[in-house]
Amino acid sequence: MNENKTVLGVLVENRPGVLAHVAGMFAARGFNIDSLVVGRTEDPTVSRMIIVTSGDEATLEQIRKQLAKIVTVVKVRNYSEQECVERDLLLIQVHCPPDKRTELGELATVFRGTVVDVGPKTITIQLTGPEKKIEAFIELCRPYGILQLARTGVIAVPRTEQPKTQPVGQE
Amino acid sequence: MGKGTCKGAEILYQSLLDEGVEYVFGYTGAAVLPILDQIYQAHLTNVNPSIERIKNMGKAKHTAITIGENIPASPLDQADRVWKGAEVLHQCLLDEKVEHMFGYTGGSVLPIFDQLYKSPINFILTRHEQGGAHAADAYARATGKVGVVLATSGPGATNLVTGLATAHMDSIPVVAITGQVRSNLIGNDAFQEADMIGITRPCTKHNILVRDIRDLGRIVKECFHIARSGRPGPVLVDIPVDISSGQIQGPIDTKMQIPGYRPRFKGHLRQIQLAADTINQSKRPVLYVGGGVIISNASDLLRQLAIKANIPVTTTLMGLGAFDENHPLALKMLGMHGTAYANFAVQECDLLIAIGSRFDDRVTGTVDTFAPHAKIIHIDIDPASISKNVRVDIPVVGDAAEILGQLVNLVKPVDRSGWLTQIDEWKQKYPLRYDTDSANIKPQHVIQALGRIADGKAIVTTGVGQHQMWAAQFFQYNQPRQLITSGGLGTMGFGLPAAIGAQIGRPDKMVIDIDGDASFSMTLMELATIAQYKLPIKIAVIRNTFQGMVRQWQEMFYGKRYSQTQMYLPDFLKIAEGFGIKAVGITDKNQVEDVIAESLKYPGPILMDFKVEPEENVYPMVAPSKSLHEMELGRLA
Repeated sequence: MNENKTVLGVLVENRPGVLAHVAGMFAARGFNIDSLVVGRTEDPTVSRMIIVTSGDEATLEQIRKQLAKIVTVVKVRNYSEQECVERDLLLIQVHCPPDKRTELGELATVFRGTVVDVGPKTITIQLTGPEKKIEAFIELCRPYGILQLARTGVIAVPRTEQPKTQPVGQE
Repeated sequence: MGKGTCKGAEILYQSLLDEGVEYVFGYTGAAVLPILDQIYQAHLTNVNPSIERIKNMGKAKHTAITIGENIPASPLDQADRVWKGAEVLHQCLLDEKVEHMFGYTGGSVLPIFDQLYKSPINFILTRHEQGGAHAADAYARATGKVGVVLATSGPGATNLVTGLATAHMDSIPVVAITGQVRSNLIGNDAFQEADMIGITRPCTKHNILVRDIRDLGRIVKECFHIARSGRPGPVLVDIPVDISSGQIQGPIDTKMQIPGYRPRFKGHLRQIQLAADTINQSKRPVLYVGGGVIISNASDLLRQLAIKANIPVTTTLMGLGAFDENHPLALKMLGMHGTAYANFAVQECDLLIAIGSRFDDRVTGTVDTFAPHAKIIHIDIDPASISKNVRVDIPVVGDAAEILGQLVNLVKPVDRSGWLTQIDEWKQKYPLRYDTDSANIKPQHVIQALGRIADGKAIVTTGVGQHQMWAAQFFQYNQPRQLITSGGLGTMGFGLPAAIGAQIGRPDKMVIDIDGDASFSMTLMELATIAQYKLPIKIAVIRNTFQGMVRQWQEMFYGKRYSQTQMYLPDFLKIAEGFGIKAVGITDKNQVEDVIAESLKYPGPILMDFKVEPEENVYPMVAPSKSLHEMELGRLA
């Protein structure tokens, strides 16, 4: 079975219980949720969920259809079928005696992360980027000793379509 | 536990013992057979001390109320009026042309019942909310209208859950109105509070709690619209008592706001053309028709299509009646207990045309070998049904009647006599049959006689189990909405309350509840409702003193260890008498026809208690994880 990862952008009505409905549907039908992020949008009546899920092709098709079937779900878009900007935010607290501060600070800089807190034996770094970059950074921090980490999960928006050629015949 | 393999049921059983469990209460069913068997086998070797302790202890006819004519256009938009919440709800119900409601009273719905006190809406008080939900469901199945059930908060509402799940699985339009505790108490574990939105989310098409009295009119309208449109289903609206008793200044907002709800009605033209071309090229097509054809009132169009293009028709349990079973093209039901000729036809066909059906596991048997030579066309209004269980070649999303209407014009009258001859051979060789020489009454005999004497005109409701399958096999259905049965959920106890809803919806029709003794025992308190409203329902109890279908599985797959499936039964004749309902017991097979003929003529409700062969099995049967053509045909084949 080919397990594919998919990012879905799900526009839902902004009212109580919708998140429970969506999460409950995934649980009841045995679908995976790798990450799920909900946030308000420019329109106060709707929220956008970004769901990262995985499964074979038939399962992913069922997931999209079952989501669309929920009355409070307004629109389902498959972001994996188009160019998207994807970002995950990481806050990671690493064991860091004073003599390692420079080293870890430089590591953060390489990944364009920011040091947001320093303690006597710890350092906290904030990092944004696509999932793979975040995961690579976590692996690099592991030898130092990770004390805590938190991630937002992926949020995404489709890229604006760029005009490929100049329109012909228009002055 | 030590080393070694052991069954899941054994682990569960041992865990129960470790926890010091002495008694287990409950009921049987196919999904718990391994557990029951474990308990049964354990009891053969161990003595349960608690059991030892126990051993040592000493025609009146219903008249439909016509409403609608005297009711003016909705006054909800009048500006110069103050409304109570319950008045808004009531006016919405009138606007939706609700004539009958089912349900039960309670504290949180007092303002609503006060409104109903002076209402033209006919309220049927069932004896249990579950009965109310089933009755509303069957009312919808019998009439095509939305069924409405009303119950109070907490236990009243939770009692609806089985009824809602039943309607959900069979796509039946039901609106359930539940009372809820006061808004400011919600979430405080108040008296008779239950989170009905959370509880019913997976078993309704949609549900909603009214949080503001200004939303009430709009929400009720949305609920009815969602329940009856697209793929229909149950919708629950939860109304706190402070909202039904609260006040609001008109006009009442009823403009629907459901941006995410856009069911597709018209089929895609190119897909319909592709389907028609494929049908025209097919040599051995079969129509596989489900309840969707009945819901969309497409039976006439189905008939036209089948006859014009010479295509045999098999139906699911939910589709029975969509195609006249007396027609030569009819193959009757397919699947686990379908006819041999329907199952052979599906396995041999080169094109399967599924309409309003959903490839349920009881229909397909093992999915991998289902219709192995066939291309599959699937016409369904629910996109999520398509390619869910079986990969479909040509999907057409839309309303069955709409699409069939176009398809009828596009298919060509192709000569398929070779295929039809083959099917006729199967029909001759493998008819439905049973042992007619037996001294005992055979359940199939009773049902066949009921069908013959009712002359195919009655509406049949059933419980769930063997009697349900025999009712599907041996009663001839010739029109849609004739069989009312719990197909998807398989709800025992559905038959009697369903008969109430069907009779209320169709006072012009004879309604027969063909029920099992165990199914009947689950909801028989509704006999009081039948007596109260003088509903002339005919009840035929097939009394085999077992939960027959579970017993059949225990016979076939659990070495005849009849764990918990033998029924202790009361005297149903005395029970009926106690409710004021006439009853007759039948033990002699030669009297079956006479008693039925007499009972069906009786003007009021009547219960027929048929003592039948206790260990009769339903055949044909496709055992679990077998293919349709591997069915067992029984002793007579």
